[in-house]
Amino acid sequence: MKNDEQTIQRLAKQEYEWGFVTDIESDTVPPGLSEEVIRFISAKKEEPEWLLEWRLKAYRHWLTLEEPHWPKVQYPSIDYQAISYFSTPKQEKSPESLDDVDPKLLETYAKLGIPISEQKLLAGVVAVDAIFDSVSVATTFKTKLAEEGVIFLSFSEAVETYPELVRKYLGRIVPHTDNFFAALNSAVFTDGSFVYVPKGVRCPMELSTYFRINAAQTGQFERTLIVADEGAELSYLEGCTAPMRDENQLHAAVVELYAHEDAKIKYSTVQNWYPGDKDGVGGIYNFVTKRGLCAGDRAKISWTQVETGSAITWKYPSCILKGDDSIGEFYSVALTNNRQQADTGTKMIHLGRNTRSTIISKGISAGRGDQTYRGLVRVGKNAEAARNFTQCDSMLLGDRCGAHTIPVIESRNPSAKVEHEATTTRIGEDQLFYCNQRGISTEDAISMIVNGFCKEVFRELPMEFAVEAQKLLSVSLEGSVG
Amino acid sequence: MLQIRNLYASIDGKEILKGINLQLPSGEIHAIMGPNGSGKSTLSQVLAGNEAFEVTAGEVLYQGKNLLEMPADERARDGVFMAFQYPVEIPGVSCAQFLRSAVNAVRKHRGKDALDAMDFLALTKEKMKLFDLGPELMRRSLNVGFSGGEKKRNEGFQMAMLEPALAILDETDSGLDIDALKVVAQGVNTLRDPQRSFLVITHYQRLLDYIVPDRVHVLSEGRIVRSGGKELALKLEESGYAWITDQPHLESAS
Repeated sequence: MKNDEQTIQRLAKQEYEWGFVTDIESDTVPPGLSEEVIRFISAKKEEPEWLLEWRLKAYRHWLTLEEPHWPKVQYPSIDYQAISYFSTPKQEKSPESLDDVDPKLLETYAKLGIPISEQKLLAGVVAVDAIFDSVSVATTFKTKLAEEGVIFLSFSEAVETYPELVRKYLGRIVPHTDNFFAALNSAVFTDGSFVYVPKGVRCPMELSTYFRINAAQTGQFERTLIVADEGAELSYLEGCTAPMRDENQLHAAVVELYAHEDAKIKYSTVQNWYPGDKDGVGGIYNFVTKRGLCAGDRAKISWTQVETGSAITWKYPSCILKGDDSIGEFYSVALTNNRQQADTGTKMIHLGRNTRSTIISKGISAGRGDQTYRGLVRVGKNAEAARNFTQCDSMLLGDRCGAHTIPVIESRNPSAKVEHEATTTRIGEDQLFYCNQRGISTEDAISMIVNGFCKEVFRELPMEFAVEAQKLLSVSLEGSVG
Repeated sequence: MLQIRNLYASIDGKEILKGINLQLPSGEIHAIMGPNGSGKSTLSQVLAGNEAFEVTAGEVLYQGKNLLEMPADERARDGVFMAFQYPVEIPGVSCAQFLRSAVNAVRKHRGKDALDAMDFLALTKEKMKLFDLGPELMRRSLNVGFSGGEKKRNEGFQMAMLEPALAILDETDSGLDIDALKVVAQGVNTLRDPQRSFLVITHYQRLLDYIVPDRVHVLSEGRIVRSGGKELALKLEESGYAWITDQPHLESAS
């Protein structure tokens, strides 16, 4: 068990080291942030004037802000002038075939059940487009989406092809003034995804960042904008279960979801960025702003997240329930092992009548992991008969980890019903002995008990993702007990 | 099947077992009786491999192997089963999921292929009947919200599924009404086999009316103080444990 843990740590660390194999290219701006840098980024991307102005406005606002320190996480202060905000894709030394890849890395992939073609991608043997071109998945995929009128492009492509559509919705839900990291993202974001599903269209397939051409460079400051027009429906998958190579320590993404009347958006995330070594050295800081707006009546937005990676996670996927009878959901599993820290939760803002929200949060702490659930349920004075149900469960493995719950409920309408349930449990020696006595190893027992604990969240994930997520939890927990 | 020699064990520094000697041949049922605090449950926990108990001296041979060297899960895969006095609840894990993991872990150890979902289901249906359990049980979280009777019948059912060589029933009769007791006892009796031995631990003689033992051992203060045939249990029922425990220890009890 110890060996496995070391293996995983080593793997992850290796990937991190790979990130520093960089060839300096002429298109890279020197570290630092200024109006010139933003102009440079915008020019490089051949953006329209309005977008440059939008970025500059965000930047000027960002200058007036201070980095927030209210989350219950600790890290050395970030030098924003030491970050390089634009670089073209690096020409890294890529392995020629899977034979050249560290067998330990392949072992992890095998444990996660990742198909060979995806292993090649993750290990950097091939680029995303190469794979999908060769099997022509992408072509089929694009044709099918086009038939339905669904737009699914990288953010840059969308700005070029559908500038008016992007302009109409960008920053509507997360304005540049929202918070420190959202302002920073607005100023310097390099790419991301754009989705538009037209009126009455039910998107014929799960939209996965896997399948988006050029998805390989997710970038440090990613921007995602998803719009579901009246009666449209879509399911979007972000992230991947395998440890991904990444050279950027700070990730500050912004995701905006806009649901018109009767529209449904389901957004699922599996986040497994490098968590740092067992002492917390290295590791990604994942400071994300995610928010959805149920703008029209009967709209529905559902967030599901499985967060096992990153040294520090700081995110609160939220829903603004503006339309009457609109629905917001948040299903979350967060796991912190070793020295990982997570401060995560959600906000449900009830504005419309008969709005409903459900929050199911499952936190697992192991090693010296520390995590906080932070939630806000706010019922506005016009939100007649609004309802919320919150369940917030924590599970502790060992005696050096921490779990904290900070729920805030604000109701300004007497007809609202808000329920909050919370539990803290621990995997007991008696449970493990019982499993052992039936022939089940301790490691399998922990994985079974933890997966049982997370069942209500996993069943919200698309089938394939759910299976992967279960395996991911098991791998992430290896070596955490005994 | 099982040989216990001069076994000493303690928990939290307190000595509970003080030199147990016991021989359990294949195919036999032996009962361990004794007053509260005599060490009955400690004996079963030690045999099952609960690491909360420390073995300070003695040895246990199981099918010729040194049982005390094996971790609990290995013992279980090798055919040692204990029906718990207090079965443990595991929320979120269904009986089906739990049992399938257990059955397949044991099968793998025995060099058999894992059961697929269909075969597993068919097997559970057959074995559940023995303990008068319905299929809805399989979907419920393990032992969560089970009645006392359901928990004990579920233990018996798991035993039937895992087909152990050595089955230890730890106070299986506690908390059972007479009807449930009969069901469990009948189920156990159908599992009697020349290749299987049972160690039935109980405070009361009642269970032994239905599971008839080959031998009865009386435990007192961590030692076996008297052994005899099934009639010993009846004598205990009549006279109470004082009849034995007030007497000086019999050094050569076996």
